[in-house]
Amino acid sequence: MKHESAENHVTGRAVYTDELRVPVGLLRLYPVQAPHAHARILALDIATAAAMEGVHAVLTAADVPGVNDTGPILHDEPLIPTDQVRYHGQAVAWVAAEDGTMARAAAQRVQVVYQALPAILGIEAAEAAASFHLPPAKVERGDVAGALAAAPHRISGEVRCGAQDHFYLETHASWVEIDGDGLVHVTASTQHPSETQAMVAHVLGLPSHRVVCRCLRMGGGFGGKETQANAFAALCALAAQRTGRPVAIQLPRSLDMQLTGKRHPFRGRFEVGFDADGLLLAMDVDLVADGGWSCDLSPPVLMRAMVHVDNAYYCPHVRVTGRIAKTHSTSHTAFRGFGGPQGMLVGEEIIDRVARHLGLPPELVRARNFYRPGRTPDRNHTHYGQPVVDNHLDALWAQAHADAEYACRRIEVDAFNAAHASRKRGLAITPVKFGISFNKTEYNQAGALVLVYRDGSIQLNHGGTEMGQGLHTKMIGVAARTLGVDPARIRVMATSTDKVPNTSATAASSGSDLNGQAVRAACLTLIARLTPVAAGLLGCAQEDVRFRDDGACASATTGRTRGEAAPAVGFAELVQAAYDARISLSATGYYRTPAIHWDAAAGRGHPFYYFAYGAAVAEVEVCVHTGVHRLLRVDLLHDVGDSLNENIDRGQIEGGFVQGLGWLTCEEVVWGADGRLLTDAPSTYKIPTVADVPRDFRLRLFQRPAAASTDVVFGSKGVGEPPLMLALAVREALRDAVAACGSGGIVELASPATPEAVLRAIRAQRARLASAAPQPPAAPPSPRERGEDTEALT
Amino acid sequence: MIFTRMSESSFRLNRRVVPLTGSDSRESLLRWLRRERLTGTKEGCGDGDCGACTVALVERDSDGRAHFRAVNACLLPMGMLAGREVLTVEALAEEGTLHPVQQALVDCAGSQCGYCTPGFAMSLFAGWYAGEFDDHVIEGNLCRCTGYAPIRRAAAQLAAMPRASDRFSALLDAASTAPAGEPPHDTPGCMALSPPPRTAESRGEGGPPFHRPSTLAEAFALKTTHPQAIWFCGGTDLGVALSRGQSVASAFIAVDRLTELHTLDVRADAVRIGAGVPLSRLERELAGVFPALDRMLPWFAARQVKNRATLGGNLGSASPIGDLLPWLLAHGAIIEVAGPRGARELPVDGYFQAYRKTARADDELIVAVRVPRLAGPQAAYKVAKRQTDDISIVAAVYALILGDDGRVERARLAYGGVAAIPLRARRTEDFLLGRALDATTVAQACALLRAEFTPLDDHRASADYRRELCAALFAKFVEEGVT
Ligand SMILES: Cc1cc2nc3c(=O)[nH]c(=O)nc-3n(C[C@H](O)[C@H](O)[C@H](O)COP(=O)(O)OP(=O)(O)OC[C@H]3O[C@@H](n4cnc5c(N)ncnc54)[C@H](O)[C@@H]3O)c2cc1C
Ligand code: FES
Ligand code: FES
Repeated sequence: MKHESAENHVTGRAVYTDELRVPVGLLRLYPVQAPHAHARILALDIATAAAMEGVHAVLTAADVPGVNDTGPILHDEPLIPTDQVRYHGQAVAWVAAEDGTMARAAAQRVQVVYQALPAILGIEAAEAAASFHLPPAKVERGDVAGALAAAPHRISGEVRCGAQDHFYLETHASWVEIDGDGLVHVTASTQHPSETQAMVAHVLGLPSHRVVCRCLRMGGGFGGKETQANAFAALCALAAQRTGRPVAIQLPRSLDMQLTGKRHPFRGRFEVGFDADGLLLAMDVDLVADGGWSCDLSPPVLMRAMVHVDNAYYCPHVRVTGRIAKTHSTSHTAFRGFGGPQGMLVGEEIIDRVARHLGLPPELVRARNFYRPGRTPDRNHTHYGQPVVDNHLDALWAQAHADAEYACRRIEVDAFNAAHASRKRGLAITPVKFGISFNKTEYNQAGALVLVYRDGSIQLNHGGTEMGQGLHTKMIGVAARTLGVDPARIRVMATSTDKVPNTSATAASSGSDLNGQAVRAACLTLIARLTPVAAGLLGCAQEDVRFRDDGACASATTGRTRGEAAPAVGFAELVQAAYDARISLSATGYYRTPAIHWDAAAGRGHPFYYFAYGAAVAEVEVCVHTGVHRLLRVDLLHDVGDSLNENIDRGQIEGGFVQGLGWLTCEEVVWGADGRLLTDAPSTYKIPTVADVPRDFRLRLFQRPAAASTDVVFGSKGVGEPPLMLALAVREALRDAVAACGSGGIVELASPATPEAVLRAIRAQRARLASAAPQPPAAPPSPRERGEDTEALT
Repeated sequence: MIFTRMSESSFRLNRRVVPLTGSDSRESLLRWLRRERLTGTKEGCGDGDCGACTVALVERDSDGRAHFRAVNACLLPMGMLAGREVLTVEALAEEGTLHPVQQALVDCAGSQCGYCTPGFAMSLFAGWYAGEFDDHVIEGNLCRCTGYAPIRRAAAQLAAMPRASDRFSALLDAASTAPAGEPPHDTPGCMALSPPPRTAESRGEGGPPFHRPSTLAEAFALKTTHPQAIWFCGGTDLGVALSRGQSVASAFIAVDRLTELHTLDVRADAVRIGAGVPLSRLERELAGVFPALDRMLPWFAARQVKNRATLGGNLGSASPIGDLLPWLLAHGAIIEVAGPRGARELPVDGYFQAYRKTARADDELIVAVRVPRLAGPQAAYKVAKRQTDDISIVAAVYALILGDDGRVERARLAYGGVAAIPLRARRTEDFLLGRALDATTVAQACALLRAEFTPLDDHRASADYRRELCAALFAKFVEEGVT
């Protein structure tokens, strides 16, 4: 089944938030932006601007009738700041005018007097100022200090990764009208309509029942519209309340990039103990995320990083500590993978350094360290105490090697490198193990509402939002399969809080798991109600009724000879009969994920219902002169369980991989020394184009060797986030190519691995080669004094 | 004086004539379309970088044939549209039948969120009628969802399909035979649109005039009467400024359709390139003539921009990262300018004077550039964060003439991205004269090149990396091109 909107997409008929029919009197918003990363607002004079032609309101903090806050976890995020600017470009006021040009012109005339204050920019500055959101978090198992001390080998190091802009093609958009009865109608490009509704309500000082939030579809979200949409909806609502006019906003790209949070930059420092085979014995990891000015979703992002540093690798003694730097930058937020990619990048860094330190093939050290069920002592529990459910890593790894002809290509790559001085190739294989469920247990619930009409047509409502991931299409599939009807009967309605309340964000790869089960539950309720009606029409026992082929039939097993057509009734006829019998034709469905629990304070529990697994093989070529690199071939193998929709799952895997590729290679968010975002447009911030995607791009869906022990809708698996981390293979392949420029030992490579970063790494290898006195194979520059190589001591 | 103010004119949109009366001449076609509720064309950036706004412009080529050219609607101000014909995504499907490019996107799951999709459809549409389906056709379209693989599969599916004549090829045939410069007619059976209904958001104050001279003489006359007016060619620099709401100038003189600016004269010793020739035409018609240009053009922007961008505009902007400028420097090109006070020739050496300041007087128009064809090793390099459609960190174009003994007789090493203007590495050039390019010489040249410029740190790269590239690219050149 193709995407339910495919035809509307290609013809341009699909409507997005900002393309609603323009109501009479629509106003547009434009911000007044502060030119400081940190400043006190001494005076704000809106009089001139407010008097300008076409201007209907200039919103300041004083205009907020309810609570001036949109923080999703802490109440630390004023919608409009009252006294302080906390990141460069923050909006201190918003102009509502008859069109965008007028609003912008007026915004330039708002006079603000600032007193600049010293800004904390970056993780080190935050550390120096002891500026953090919340106390540190910790996840720990075993005796890390003791095991490190006893380990035959020990290394330590540091790795960082940069921010990433979501760069959804549709920038943030919101649209608000207040009707005659005072009901606030919000249409927003939001992944979390229920939260948007709640935020609008509390900003306006209204109960939630006065606000309806709809999401038609989004032109991409990727986490960037999980919390970040709330403020824009609230501002439109505020302006609508003040002016009595409908109000809309769609951010120009540069404003979108300047005002909204990104993927958290991280710094990881680690000390790791291991044996001569590269088997991990102890790991001490310290993670710091740059959270930006407000807390937003940083705590769960950090926690997901902390519970993904292990990736697919077992280590008996682990300590992971984590902190969130509070800095004067945009407030970093959810982004596909939600901290998982950053945690796994650190984990893969550790494994690779262990391997290269010992001079062992990294793929061998990776495999040696896999979680494995059925071993004594146990090797299948994570450092936070959860068993690695349905662990297929070994089978998957073997197939990934075979499919990609890894062994042969290793030989070919080495031969190429021996023959070429100016070009080097690199090859790597990396695994993915990614936990599925929201870390926050409460979010793992969903609702649905299915309405069947007398003509047999069906409206399907569920709490999830459509942002391109194909959730609506999958939900049609689930409903059609459960009801046994033709998918053409079903129409998915725009997500709306007056249809399904109290929903969770469409996030954490959980959209189809949660909403799918809720849809299924609603459909099963309907089936239960329709069964007696069908039995009556078919003249069979209720237990013999089967819903399939767009209707109901009596099971062929009951007393009929083979080949004889079972009596059948069409769905429309059945529905009409049910109506006549006064049977309710609408049902809600509800689902909560079983078996999960999490103790955030202790850093222990069973937060994930199951894991998604994958592996990727990447081959790159690097120009030794310039550091410019090219991805030559990639082989992906990914586990989606019993796919709900293969087309869609493949699209998620390919797209997720390329997004990860961007994060790790060409996408570099750069801030100036004053905290201003320098890369605020696609001319300066480069996401991959078609030319960055290798022509040789292979993808296979993994067939698991055993049935799942969990009960996910129709045996499927979440697929939104995990494939992004398949791109770590590209980073490791680049490292492998850089290594070919030297003579062994650890290779440090910055992330993103831009041509400049790769050249820097090459030159470090070359320099080491040049000064290749009889040194130990690799003593990495140690950022941490205590982390010296203890090899000489043992 | 014969020129047409846009307020008296119209353009053809999706086969209907639309009067331009009352629209703001600075407003981009993209924003205009969206206000007019043709929202299939999307804004992903407004800067020419994402392709979500791609529309097809009917353009007559040098051979008189009309073609669909994919262009960015966000960079086309309404003032440039008079007499033009444009198709948007809304025109493609007919009575429920998808166009083959749309069908291929559906078949291959080429859309996820769908926001980029109309832009891809339009790029593929232009490709379909040109019989082109390679990556260059869609390189100017960003997609954040699909990872491009399904869109590539759609292009491959299209490449394998037979292409029958249809109403769009008929449109091209008709446009090919129409007399040049003919104002658009209504298609038979279609009604001319009355002035579009004003929506709540529209404002119709007209905006600054876009004068449309049809000869050089008219252009100069206009410039004399409107000295504050500026030349507007492809608009891939000026259009960005307008799209970002900058006022730019109080009047514009459109030179993109001046026939005098469209010559492309290939001779044995030199090529005379009209300043108004779109770069995509150079890519097609000069292939194989200049090895360095062949290498540089694929790195220069993407298809939609190259369908509009010109050499004259590159020289007009005179940006330190103008990618064709080092090429002109390496070749010792001659810039032909003309103005109300007559014509003159400016050698490219000395043309760039300071940041975006040149030897050209404000009232002079670049008419053409004569680029000598060189024997000997020559190549272009461009390093950027992304290897397509990105601005140079460093661009380098090298041209050497070697004697029979392998010694350097003439050396031109030109760089972009290393200073406020594009520059030649003169010290290194002098050093190389009379030397054979052995390892020692190359190493010494590289050492000189590292010191030759004092580039800046910026968001694209560090000064260090730029200095290193100045040397590394030369080493690469010698290794690849001279042996
Ligand atoms: C997405 C994107 C990517 C780009 N990538 C690149 C790139 O990779 N490399 C690169 O070098 N540039 C790039 N550019 C910049 C731009 O495309 C080039 O500078 C182009 O050559 C400008 O030509 P134009 O005809 O569009 O200029 P216009 O925008 O029409 O004019 C630019 C300037 O030149 C003047 N001018 C134009 N024609 C003449 C003339 N005949 N005589 C005198 N003055 C004139 C104008 O008055 C104006 O000041 C890019 C632009 C965009 C939007
Ligand atoms: S809107 Fe991005 S290229 Fe025009
Ligand atoms: S389908 Fe979403 S950006 Fe391309």
